[in-house]
Order: sequence, then structure tokens, then C-alpha cells
Amino acid sequence: MKTGRCFVLAAVMAITATSPGWSADRLKLSSTTSTDNTGLLAYLLPKFEEKTGIKVDVIAVGTGKALKLAENGDVDVTLVHAPSSEKKFMDAGFGVNHQTIMANYFVIVGPESDPAGVRAAGNAEDAFKKIAASGSPFVSRGDNSGTHIKEQSIWKTVLGDLPTGKSWYLESGKGMGETLTIADEKMGYTLSDSGTYLKYSDKVDLKMLFTKPSDLLYNPYGIMAVNPEKQPHVNYAGALKLIEFMASPEGQKMIGGFEDKFGNRLFTPLVMGK
Amino acid sequence: MNYLFEAVKGALVLIFTFDPEVVTVTFLSLRVAISATFIAAVLGVPLAYFVATREFPGKGAVLTLFNTLMALPTVVVGLFCYSFLSRKGPLGFLDLLFTPSGIILGDIILAFPLIVGLTIAAVNAVDPRARLTAVSLGATPRQASLTILAEARFGLMAALFNGFGRVVAEVGSAMMLGGNIKGFTRTITTSIALETSKGEFAFAMALGIILLTVALSVNMFFRRLQSRNRL
Repeated sequence: MKTGRCFVLAAVMAITATSPGWSADRLKLSSTTSTDNTGLLAYLLPKFEEKTGIKVDVIAVGTGKALKLAENGDVDVTLVHAPSSEKKFMDAGFGVNHQTIMANYFVIVGPESDPAGVRAAGNAEDAFKKIAASGSPFVSRGDNSGTHIKEQSIWKTVLGDLPTGKSWYLESGKGMGETLTIADEKMGYTLSDSGTYLKYSDKVDLKMLFTKPSDLLYNPYGIMAVNPEKQPHVNYAGALKLIEFMASPEGQKMIGGFEDKFGNRLFTPLVMGK
Repeated sequence: MNYLFEAVKGALVLIFTFDPEVVTVTFLSLRVAISATFIAAVLGVPLAYFVATREFPGKGAVLTLFNTLMALPTVVVGLFCYSFLSRKGPLGFLDLLFTPSGIILGDIILAFPLIVGLTIAAVNAVDPRARLTAVSLGATPRQASLTILAEARFGLMAALFNGFGRVVAEVGSAMMLGGNIKGFTRTITTSIALETSKGEFAFAMALGIILLTVALSVNMFFRRLQSRNRL
């Protein structure tokens, strides 16, 4: 009985031993589910760590929350994809050193049978119109992510208003991957960044139905450091190093060379050749 | 059905090859849950003993309060703690957000009312003659209270189990306060949420099986302790 007690006590003490705290060689990055789910960060960050000795902790949330965490000073640097929100963030003085580093396209995905006839659409607005007209389920991220912001702006253009409350319009409130799963189960349509869809293409029966590159569906990613004047405690030096790495020829080359297991290139580097 | 079979097979492979990722998240889950349960017990058991054995005005309200807090939703605790631990909150300077300690803090708040509530019930269930006997045999008040707690030990164990069970299985608060950072604040439950969101159902299922196994092992360990302690 005594030994049992001692053992429990020892175990508890061993486990409650202090955890490693934060130090200058750790950097907190809030990022979007698309950069995390595609595996891009897992591929880039070890290289960055090797070069600089800085350990990056990724907090993957939607663009809205990623920016909120940066605004609150809970992270040091943020990587998102919603140019309009990024501009607001910078204009309000929350961020510094904004750098647009890469891009891909949004694609409209849906069931193979394509009841709305999206394949025949001439442009993205037309595709959205067809979905609305057919009443086929459309699954929205509904989480204030970059993809959600983009989708809302398209609906506003096409319908003049958001289709919230319509029986065919479902808001998942989840990340891109889960939203694809829901759209798949519901045999519905959704707007996805091409990277996440390609990564998931073997897990869902959804097909890319509309992939014509257009200005409307262009999806650039921007990285920003949290303004150290607003949040003096942030690891600003580390944040700058990360931005520099992402925009460096080496980082850009890695981004351009990043492929999923099917050999699809998921992101186009943007800084190269500038 | 095939899919379930694959998941179980995947789980066994991950467990028996000591997959580093799985070992890391399992260890963190255990560390967080045991620390939180231990701290909540150290704070909660004396308080529960005091509430159970004293009469004071408003005691009924206190009991109701603890019984209500037992059903506190994990996301509410997560949200509440986030607003305190965030840099814009009053405790931002502690740098606890997105660290294991941050998760432990949330879990203490979750386990505490459960441990207090169940300990009160366990102490109340002890035959009042136990205390009288102890006192008449010359026990000091402290010895008498230890006697009562010893009499209530099975109820006390149950309280600790329940506290541990709640925190090891919760995901809402661990996700918000830990941020699910790979290799640092990723627990079994936040991993399951992530792998599910990535569509990796087999891996998520494997982690689920590991979580059940962990809970079962901890329970069996305590049961053995209990059965050896029978008078």
C-alpha cells in the first residue's frame, strides 16, 4: 500500500514537472487551415528551424481568427489569405512588413453528376448562379475564413445578398477539410482553395467542376508581423526572419516545388523575379 | 466494416511501434490530465470536507453552485480562460496561452467542481459514528478528519476518477487554450479533432482507441490499489 502511494506521488511529481516556457527561439504563427492541412507548413518550417534555430508553433485557424489572435498579440506573426482583411489589419496598424508570398486559385467542387451544370458555366459568377438556381446543397465554410470571405463576396455580386436562411445553403462553421467532407456527404457544392481540395481528392467523391483561373477566384496569401509598437512583448525579430525566409529565393523555390502525393503543385510563389 | 477493421489495425500498429507522434500526444494528455486532477484535488478535497462537515448559512446555495458547475461546458471554460490569458486580458503577462500550463489551468477549473461535489457526497455518506469513535479514542480534530476521509476513500477515489475522466476526454478547452500546436500542446483529443478535420479517420480512430486504453489502464491501476486497501 505504501509503495503504491509513493508510486502515485512520484508519478504525479514527475508529470507536473515544469513545462518548457517560451523563449526567444520560439515563434507563434497563426495561420489558416489551408496552409496547415495541405502540409505546406510542415514542409517549410523544419528548413526554417534548421537555418535559424527558431521553433515555430503553428496555430491553425480560419483567417478571421488568425488575424484576431495577431491583433490581440497572442501570436508573433500571421499567414492568411484574404487581401481585404489583410489591408484592414495593416491600415489599423496591427501589422507591419506585409508580404504577399504565394497564391493559388479557388475552385468550385461538387458531385460528379453535377446537377446544377457548373461544368458548363462560362465564368465563376455564372457557376454560382447555376447552383443557386438549381437549389442543390451548397456548403459554406461559415467561419470567417479567407475562403468564406471570398465566397460571400461572390454571392453578393451574383444575388445581391447572401443566401443565408435558404434551405439549400448550409454553413458548416468548420475548416476547409471538414467542409469538403460535409459537401461530399450531402452531395453538394462548395468553394475550396485548390490546395486543400487536391490534398483531399482521394478522400471525397467531389470533383473540381469549375477551375478556370479568373481574377475573381485568385487566392493570394500574405504574411505579416505583429506590430511590436502595439505589442511590445512579441518576438518581432523572429517574425521578420520568418517573413524573410518565406520571401527569399530559397523559400520561394521550396513553395514552388511543394507537391501533394499526386504530384500537383499546390501554390505558386509570387516574390520570385521581382 | 472494412474501414473499422483498418482503423483498429492502424491503431495497433501505431501503439506497438511506439509512433513518436502518438507517444508525444499521449504523454501530454496524461501529463495535463494528471496534473490538473492532482491540483484540483489538493484544492478541492479540503474544501469539500469543510463544506460537508460544517453547518453555515448559505450551505444549500454552495451545494447547488457546485452541482451546477459540474455541468460547465468545456468551451465556456476555454473561452473564459482565453479572455483572461490573452494578451489583451488581465493575465496576459503570464504567457500561459498556447502552453501546456494553459491547458492545465482550464482543466483544473473543469475538474474542481466535480471533485468537490463528489467528495462532499462521499464525506456525507460516512457513518457519523466514525468521527465520534475517533474522537472518543482521543483523536485530535485533524486525525478525526483523516479518519473520515479514510472511511470515504472509495467515494474519494470515484471523485478523482471522474475528475480525471472529464479532463482527459475534453477537447473544447484544450483546443482553445493550447492551440493544438504540434509537439507542444497537442493532446489526444485535439489530435482526434484535427485528424478528423483532415479526413484521416483511421488515424483519428486509432487515437480514440488509445484514449480508451489509457483511461482503462488508469482505472485498472486504481482498482488494484483499492482492492489491496480493503480492510
